[in-house]
Amino acid sequence: MKSKRRWKSILTRLRRALFFRRGTAKIGIYGPPNAGKTTLTNRIIHTFVDENEDVGLATEVPHETRRAVRREGVIIDLKAKSLENPNPDLNSESKVKPKRGKAKLKLDVVDTPGLATKIDFHEFLAYGLEEDEAKKRAKEATEGVIEAIKWLDDIDGVVLLMDSTEDPYTQTNIIIIGNMEARGIPIIIAANKVDLVDATPQRIANAFPQHSVIPISALKGENMLDLYEEMARRFR
Amino acid sequence: MEIKMNLISEDKINSMTSTEKLRFVLDGVKSGNIVVLEGGLTSEEQMKLIELTMTEVDDDFPGIEMSGYPSKRGFLNIRKKARLTVIGPAKMMHTTKKDKDLISAVISAI
Ligand SMILES: Nc1nc2c(ncn2[C@@H]2O[C@H](COP(=O)(O)OP(=O)(O)O)[C@@H](O)[C@H]2O)c(=O)[nH]1
Ligand SMILES: [Mg+2]
Repeated sequence: MKSKRRWKSILTRLRRALFFRRGTAKIGIYGPPNAGKTTLTNRIIHTFVDENEDVGLATEVPHETRRAVRREGVIIDLKAKSLENPNPDLNSESKVKPKRGKAKLKLDVVDTPGLATKIDFHEFLAYGLEEDEAKKRAKEATEGVIEAIKWLDDIDGVVLLMDSTEDPYTQTNIIIIGNMEARGIPIIIAANKVDLVDATPQRIANAFPQHSVIPISALKGENMLDLYEEMARRFR
Repeated sequence: MEIKMNLISEDKINSMTSTEKLRFVLDGVKSGNIVVLEGGLTSEEQMKLIELTMTEVDDDFPGIEMSGYPSKRGFLNIRKKARLTVIGPAKMMHTTKKDKDLISAVISAI
């Protein structure tokens, strides 16, 4: 069983090395509930596809996203973007490092439900939901977690999003990273919500020293170019 | 109030298939036990355990709490060895502190 797994992992790596560049990479946005996965996915779509298109609703209620949503054919073209659109964030960044902003990458982005080991319907009551509604949402949320896990089989790269104000060293974060490493799938950790005063992205970097950690604010659009460049580099 | 713990040896775990292991753990946890596995579950098994747990969540069983040491890289970085894993009912167990070599958890009877 173990050696079968190992072969599968080696084959996956080989297949990726040989064919990855041809197809469109499917990139999964993963992380715990409320890390900002939908906010980030919406921002990627707004920046590179359509300002008015949302893949989903970003709210403070956990498990708002209960189905994985795939947006196909997103072209992350940093060169075209910085030329054609004087987005203050992209431009100010590229002034600091003049060589940046050349990367181009075509991908499908998958916004996934948050990964959790428990879903308690009582939690939703605090957000003003009726009991029936809360139970229904909890049920859907469990299905969402399963769907997010199943999607891992079809994913070519992962952006693992964490909330920089929370303890990053959780079992679910460790499990996602462990699974990606076992499958040989590239992973980028994005330390989100750095606009908040109690954000400590360094804590995330310390917890996972073997991975690249990019501090961002998906909500405010801070440091996005760093993330896009890392995506272009790792997911190509 | 009593809290029951099952401390499972690595030999016992290794004698089971992955499916048996997960069923064994979840059954133990659903009957209100804290299950400690010497040698632990791999990341893949832990992911499967989350999946299995989610199919069984209901009004009385909100799910599990799981904590473990991250696996260590073995020979040539290929083989990864799982270490200790602790799993309990989410209603009873709450991890308060965790780093790569230490886990603190509060366990309360329901
Ligand atoms: N301050 C701050 N809030 C954010 C950021 N990204 C997301 N949020 C908020 O966090 C909450 C959860 O976001 P959402 O995208 O729904 O998280 P998801 O559950 O991971 O999809 C929402 O209230 C967002 O507005 C960020 O960069 N900074
Ligand atoms: Mg969401």
